[in-house]
Amino acid sequence: MIAARLLRAVAAFGRFWWDFLIGDTPEIFVVIVLALVVVGWLSLGAHAALAAGIVLPIVAVGALVHSLLRATRSR
Amino acid sequence: MLATVVSSSAVVLVGAVFLATSVEMVEALTIVVAVGHTRGWRSALEGTAAALGVLAVLVAAFGPALVHVPLNVLRLVVGGVLLIFGLQWLRKAVLRASGFKALHDEDAIYTATVRELEALETSPQRDHVAFVMAFKGVFLEGLEVVIAVLTLGASAHRLGLAVVVSLVAIVVVGTAGVIVARQLSAVPENAMKLGVGIMLVSFGTFWSGEGLRIRWPGSDTMLLGFVALYAIVGWILIASLRARREREVAA
Repeated sequence: MIAARLLRAVAAFGRFWWDFLIGDTPEIFVVIVLALVVVGWLSLGAHAALAAGIVLPIVAVGALVHSLLRATRSR
Repeated sequence: MLATVVSSSAVVLVGAVFLATSVEMVEALTIVVAVGHTRGWRSALEGTAAALGVLAVLVAAFGPALVHVPLNVLRLVVGGVLLIFGLQWLRKAVLRASGFKALHDEDAIYTATVRELEALETSPQRDHVAFVMAFKGVFLEGLEVVIAVLTLGASAHRLGLAVVVSLVAIVVVGTAGVIVARQLSAVPENAMKLGVGIMLVSFGTFWSGEGLRIRWPGSDTMLLGFVALYAIVGWILIASLRARREREVAA
């Protein structure tokens, strides 16, 4: 009984975060996670830090444009 | 100089928290007003108070815990979450502003909620339907506010300020709701949503970069640069999508 309730609560918690972060825009989630990994790797070198800083906003804009084109293409 | 830098990042924080809270509370208030008018105010207000209580407990429980997380880790995780969350808000606001998605219509939500409630039986005692509807409306909309307040406040090391600004926004929207009652559709919700999206993406870019040990040129003032950049991008996207929409409608 308690285990079932706990399981339901965990499932609801997982569902909330899935809807919150992924929902109907999985492309934004994937692009940003990949960008953070790449920028993290780039920023390891002292001279690459600035380049990494330029990559992040460009990727964010790119993810937004891609998601908007995906949303409006099917209409 | 230091005072200018500190106040510029604080201004963006205050603006983001105030607008995010206001937008979500307008949506919650629409449901509460519909429940109150249809089923009676007592249970609607009890449901609202219970939801606000649970949300306050969440802030009290998780807020102090977040302060103990190492700042770089916190800023990377929070920055990533804000980037994703902010881009979702910005996307929705751009689609609405350009006509590709219907504007959020508080009047339609009000009418639909009233119709749904009128179809249900009323209880002479405590109205559980009204309580649950008001609780769900306030809790679900408020949960996004709690996440915004905790993440923005903790990462900026200004959790107290974020909580106070959020409470002020709740009081302002609540008071306005009481005065204008069913005129909530007059609130420029999409413009506010666009503003919140721009600020969340700006904070997300700034903090995830800081979490990855990037030293931004100009330090905290770079945040204002990101706000300007994303505002220009948003404006260009709205203008180009709106033009495309008009061409499609005309064809």
